[in-house]
Amino acid sequence: MKQFDYVRPATVAEAVAAAAQPGAVYLAAGTNLLDLMKGGVSRPDRLVDVTHLDGLDQIERLADGGVRIGALVSNADLAHDADFAKAYPAVAEALLSGASAQLRNAATVGGNLLQRTRCAYFYDTASRCNKREVGSGCDARDGENRTHAVLGWSENCIATHPSDFCVPLVALDAIVEIEGRSGRREIALDDLHRLPGDTPERESALEPGDLIVAVRLPPAARGFAAHARYLKVRDRTSYAFAVVSAAAALRIENGKIAEARLALGGVAAKPWRARAAEDMLRDVPPTVDAFQEAASRALADAKPSGDNAFKIELARRIVVRALSLAAAGTPVRIPALPASPFASMSGAIHARA
Amino acid sequence: MPELNLTSAPAHLRHGSNIGQPLTRRDGVLKVKGQATYAADNHPPGMLFAVMAVSSIARGRVTSLDVAAAKRHPGVIDVMTPDHKPELAIDPEIKTNPFVFRMEVLQSNEVRYANQPIAVVIAETLEAATEGAALLAPHYETLPALIGLDAGESFVPPVVGVGNPTENHRGDVEAELASAEKRIDAVYETPPQYHNAMEPHAIVAAWNGDNLQIDMPTQGLMLSLARVAELFGIAHDKIHIRSPFLGGGFGSKGLMAGPPVLGIMAAKLVGKPVKLVLRREQMYGPVGHRAPTRQRLRIGTDGEGRLTALEHHARTVSSTFDDFYEPAADASHTLYAAPAIRTSHDAVRVNTGTPLFMRAPGEATGSIALESAIDEMAWACGVDPLAFRLKNYAEVEPITGKPFSSKALRACYEQGAARFGWAKRPLQPRQMRDDAGLLVGWGMGTATFPALMFQAEARAVLRRDGSGAMEIGAHDMGQGAWTALAQIAADELGLDIDRVEFKAGSSDLPDAGIAGGSAHTATAGAAIHSAGAAVIAKLADLATSDEKSPLFGAGNAGVIGRDGRLIRRDDESRGESYSEILARAGVAEIEARGTGAPNPAAMEEYAMHAHGAVFAEVKVDPELGQVRVTRMVGAFAAGRIVNPRMVQSQLFGGMIWGLSFALHEEAITDRRTGRIMNANLGEYHIPVNADVPPLDVITVDEHDPHVNALGIKGVGEIGITGSAGAVANAVWHATGVRVRRFPIRIEELLT
Repeated sequence: MKQFDYVRPATVAEAVAAAAQPGAVYLAAGTNLLDLMKGGVSRPDRLVDVTHLDGLDQIERLADGGVRIGALVSNADLAHDADFAKAYPAVAEALLSGASAQLRNAATVGGNLLQRTRCAYFYDTASRCNKREVGSGCDARDGENRTHAVLGWSENCIATHPSDFCVPLVALDAIVEIEGRSGRREIALDDLHRLPGDTPERESALEPGDLIVAVRLPPAARGFAAHARYLKVRDRTSYAFAVVSAAAALRIENGKIAEARLALGGVAAKPWRARAAEDMLRDVPPTVDAFQEAASRALADAKPSGDNAFKIELARRIVVRALSLAAAGTPVRIPALPASPFASMSGAIHARA
Repeated sequence: MPELNLTSAPAHLRHGSNIGQPLTRRDGVLKVKGQATYAADNHPPGMLFAVMAVSSIARGRVTSLDVAAAKRHPGVIDVMTPDHKPELAIDPEIKTNPFVFRMEVLQSNEVRYANQPIAVVIAETLEAATEGAALLAPHYETLPALIGLDAGESFVPPVVGVGNPTENHRGDVEAELASAEKRIDAVYETPPQYHNAMEPHAIVAAWNGDNLQIDMPTQGLMLSLARVAELFGIAHDKIHIRSPFLGGGFGSKGLMAGPPVLGIMAAKLVGKPVKLVLRREQMYGPVGHRAPTRQRLRIGTDGEGRLTALEHHARTVSSTFDDFYEPAADASHTLYAAPAIRTSHDAVRVNTGTPLFMRAPGEATGSIALESAIDEMAWACGVDPLAFRLKNYAEVEPITGKPFSSKALRACYEQGAARFGWAKRPLQPRQMRDDAGLLVGWGMGTATFPALMFQAEARAVLRRDGSGAMEIGAHDMGQGAWTALAQIAADELGLDIDRVEFKAGSSDLPDAGIAGGSAHTATAGAAIHSAGAAVIAKLADLATSDEKSPLFGAGNAGVIGRDGRLIRRDDESRGESYSEILARAGVAEIEARGTGAPNPAAMEEYAMHAHGAVFAEVKVDPELGQVRVTRMVGAFAAGRIVNPRMVQSQLFGGMIWGLSFALHEEAITDRRTGRIMNANLGEYHIPVNADVPPLDVITVDEHDPHVNALGIKGVGEIGITGSAGAVANAVWHATGVRVRRFPIRIEELLT
């Protein structure tokens, strides 16, 4: 493979300085980056290994009731943190529905946010890809695109963001803490990933050298713990990316939805927050009719980018099901097949057609 | 094989006898401890690393390679290209026999499929060779690629599979269809699939003068050796191939392919040992695959649900430069009795590597279509699918009229159905739900695979120290040859298995033929049987002609070798140990050879097939369309079972592959470029643990006196047949949706 420099900075400041150089990239667990490098998709000049930085692997309960997750916490450690899973069950369920046990043990929170699309044309270096090579074109647009985007795509790029973890996070208003050349700043996770538009190569709001150091969930996120689910439809029972997924979280008071949160995965270049659906669900009883209306609002702007029109109808159904599952209540334990339609559905209020 | 000698086989593995016992894998501990030496584990001194550069176009010509850039990269030793390579002794385009396939070994700049090797970079490290290959930055003259089942004009190939007639018929299909009471006419499609053995194709090649040492996984040591000998123009005895373990073969390692030849060429070019291992994505091209098919079945029945006509036509593809035709329609020859049967094939040529045998070639593709169609026909007749199959049970092989050498399929149906609980199945689809509201469906399929035999030789030895040896260049692909063949060897030598040195997996041993066609245990077993009998006969000659032996004069009565002793057949109290006989004769050891081969007379008289019945339960989310198999029961009759534990594992593996065929596997080919877009194990889906339900395998007793001396039919491939159709039929029964394009996808079930 291409030769590269490997540096292991001692502090976050050193890391930011080292990674601000052109051709430098951060290395955490490398569960995505190393594959990209082996495939010649990514050819960095310098890897800045952040795995030895102190203080980034903690899960901290904040005084205000929120939680702060260090960027180097592994997916497995976070999902298996009992307090975390109890407070944010949809996040834990999403984490456990992703990848394989081995990958979850290695993969980190920060890396999960910044994983690249799984579009086959991005990985195939002989194909044209505007993400990989600016202005080269998009071979996915008329190619094998059954799993591609149905929301927020452009003629320049129809790729999706593959993360499960990000879907409930964005629904719960997660905040990303970033250390950069001009110090620390924070942005909403919803603002981290960009839609492709005319610049699909710009996937995030990060600037050169920017290092995600933590993800924070605000105090309000805890309020959904009793009614929060993640549902992921995939082509096999485990170790597959979502065809479509949804995170649904409800605050139910006096038989009505006080507040709803809804986000979709596998449908766009970012985790897709469905605010119009959330607004519609405020102050209404949690019924299948309401959920169907919410689903149709969530997908109102969807259009197929290829042989994937089915994903729009599938997404509507997933939204209805995820909301129904959330309304039925968070299970005491995360199911053995997390986020799967084959997790026990007993207690779900969906109609048995 | 020093790893598997007399002393390292723990005595406790023995359960009291040999054939028929569920011995644990004799090589299991080695594998668990990482001590089993696979080809790529070898590192001879001075070894260099070779990496292939492969084509990103499917058709055209390489116009330039930046060899200078590659050579400038630190650690790169040389770059092998069509202009810079050792000459071969013969043109690799020449087919010297039907088991020789054309290969791409840099004989020209022409590109005929994506992932074709176009250069080889040799370097001091794997990393340097890999980067050197990337730096070649090839340029191409690209021609429009031929892709898919409708590419170009179709034609009727001269033969399909391995020399099978392209067309077969019996009776008048058109007339029977015209007068049939009920008819179906359905088209099924199966995708290209790749073997994806866990161990990629790999070679470590070392020349020493004109001697050639090769470490390489192969399912056919002597076929590979012969091919290497003719390509490099060297005598057979100058070549030694070691292949003690294969990390799966499934047909893709049966015949010599281009990449290992490139490894040998690279070693010759640089004058040092070279290792060449394919990257996962490089296995999607030069090492074979299962061709896609489109199969049309037309079936007719009379008013009682008896088949009157069965027509099965299969369209498939071959490469633009060689011929292998998936014999999918032949699946309809053996299972269901019909007065009129017609099977036929046609094909188109596409820009792909040449298709090859892949676990149950023809049977697997044909079975899912036939079993789906039979299910559709049963439904059209309003008959339970099992009752329909029983009603059309073939008492003789339908296409030939020959009697079966044995056929316990009825027992398979009965035992499998009973274990599964089939009798409670509602006839109508979409009738069953579980407590969670998931749709539940039950489906079944009939399994079948021919009982084949090839040719093999073995050498048996009995030693004065009371031990013995059996030598045969057999192949363990994970199926358990190290164990099952050693069990046969022990019985044939009349020794405890702990006292038998069983040698296999090396080309300097007697030719074991090819580990393919589910025939390896039968073929190698027959050779071992003969060799064992021959050496016991020699020992008996020594004893019965020696006045000092208690067996003197027992020649007419005969003797038996058992537990290291020869005993009189008519008086088991009289006998002596092998050691005593050999000691008195003053010899350290005696040896004999034996061969195994098919019996042409029996083959002429009988149709020889293994059979089975597979029952599957699936659950389907009624709104979301996701499918999960929740139960499978397979009952198989495959003659004599040498090792029930190995056989069960083989059948499990086949059933899982059938599940995979129905629901998961597909090489997604870009319709414009012919490149495979999911050439990795993350995206080329096979079942993961969570997809595999509890599997229940029943092996039905079957005694077959005709197939071969040991009565073995083989179990390597039959498990995939029947299973794929059973899962597909269960999906229909759950949902009422008949999906005819495989694998079955979520979107097909979003009704």
